[in-house]
Amino acid sequence: MLHLVLFLIFGAVCVAGAVNLLVQRHPINSALSLIVVMGSLAVEYLLLGAEFVAAVQVIIYAGAIMVLFVFVIMLLNAGEEELTSGSRVALLLGIPGILVSSVLVAWVLLAHSGTEAVPAGALPGPPKIIGWLLFHDFLLPFEVTSVLILIAIMGAVVLASPPESVQQSKKEG
Amino acid sequence: MVSVESFVIASIIKTAIALFVLLTAVAYTVWLERKVVGHIQNRWGPTRVGPFGLLQPLADGLKFFFKEDITPPHVYKLLYIAAPVIAVTFALTSISVIPIGNWITVAGVRTPLQITDVNIGLLIILGITSMGVYGVALAGWSSNSKYSLLGGLRASAQMISYEVSLGLSLIGVLILSGSFSLREIVDAQSGTFWGFIPRWNIFQGQIFAFFIYLMAAFAETNRIPFDLPEAETELVAGYHTEYSSMKFAMFFMAEYANMITVACLASLLFLGGWHGPLFGPAWLQSILPVLWFVLRVFGFLFVYIWIRGTLPRFRYDQLMAFGWKFLLPLAIANLVITGLIVALKS
Repeated sequence: MLHLVLFLIFGAVCVAGAVNLLVQRHPINSALSLIVVMGSLAVEYLLLGAEFVAAVQVIIYAGAIMVLFVFVIMLLNAGEEELTSGSRVALLLGIPGILVSSVLVAWVLLAHSGTEAVPAGALPGPPKIIGWLLFHDFLLPFEVTSVLILIAIMGAVVLASPPESVQQSKKEG
Repeated sequence: MVSVESFVIASIIKTAIALFVLLTAVAYTVWLERKVVGHIQNRWGPTRVGPFGLLQPLADGLKFFFKEDITPPHVYKLLYIAAPVIAVTFALTSISVIPIGNWITVAGVRTPLQITDVNIGLLIILGITSMGVYGVALAGWSSNSKYSLLGGLRASAQMISYEVSLGLSLIGVLILSGSFSLREIVDAQSGTFWGFIPRWNIFQGQIFAFFIYLMAAFAETNRIPFDLPEAETELVAGYHTEYSSMKFAMFFMAEYANMITVACLASLLFLGGWHGPLFGPAWLQSILPVLWFVLRVFGFLFVYIWIRGTLPRFRYDQLMAFGWKFLLPLAIANLVITGLIVALKS
């Protein structure tokens, strides 16, 4: 019972954070709302019994990636955004589109059997099981992902290093 | 299985005691620092308030309360006020999963000397400390001052860089003990080799990991020789330049509480936690582990202060090069070698 109440509360906090992210005009407020979203998602994972995923969610998303977001906003000293009047096409197509797609998603979820809500704590996720799955059943995807990340890191290094002509002039000068 | 009422009451009492002890420890770490650095520099340190200046922390606290609380113009007010609260909240929260001793029985309730024992204790501490950087970063940004902004930027860059080495240095310990629970990690370090060398992780081949942890932890807590975010000679006071009164005191408390957390973690992960010789009657045997633990934490804090009194500050490019080009490869090498040894043994 307490699980359900907490789950609903943090679900509401999560959605409120997401809405606030869109409504706020100052980038730093939007970034902070995103942190709230990440944090409440971590609580939801915790309530479902996936404590390892919850901790990793906080450490990586809320603690590392969002710090970089805030860092960039601070570095660029980004100010408040100007509010445009908005496009009429977005209003005319967007609101009916949202309605139709949410009705479709709800219909598909309700029509299919076997998609009932998972009871809280039914799928335990202690670190040992996750480690076992990652290094046995999903070893190939895991390794392929790591190679992908390595390529991304190398790409970032190439992009960030100054072009050869600049390096040449630095050596000469 | 304990009843819900006794669990709730025990938790409330433990939380209150832990907070009281932590805040007192924070106050007296400041006193210790002033005393020790004073003696290193051939001065006396605080002597006037109470014997050996022991009441100085109280006097300082009162002074902070009565100082004028100035909010400079053109600050981003919401975040300017929230930043010290964020910093001190996360700094104090991490004590909740730190065990300080064995199980004890008080008034028929058997309880661990720890607010709560969770099986991902170490990850929780890492998560909380990684959130703590927002206090510093937002303080620097919201103050609308160039010194504060530079301090905040330096702090966040430094903390992100050194968190990688810090996390990697802990994985060797995790491989050896096979658990994220701090209590199980300490239990894995009981006993001795050949009857006299204790089986602490530092003697189980994690000595390099310990020194990587030590250096990364100094950088994480913004202490000399890595205190670039608040370097007085170039940035006035860094991210807390514009803060006064209790708001400044909150940053101060957060810094020292983080130091104590780091010291507790070092004792638990590398120095055998509360293991030590047990002797005497039963009541003494239940107190002694706590004493051994506190002694280790004290020793670690003393090293902190000692280094503050001895070493000069790094340049910023040196700090970054040290973190990425020296500490990180060393941490990865330590991880690979530990993994190899454990794999070959099993």
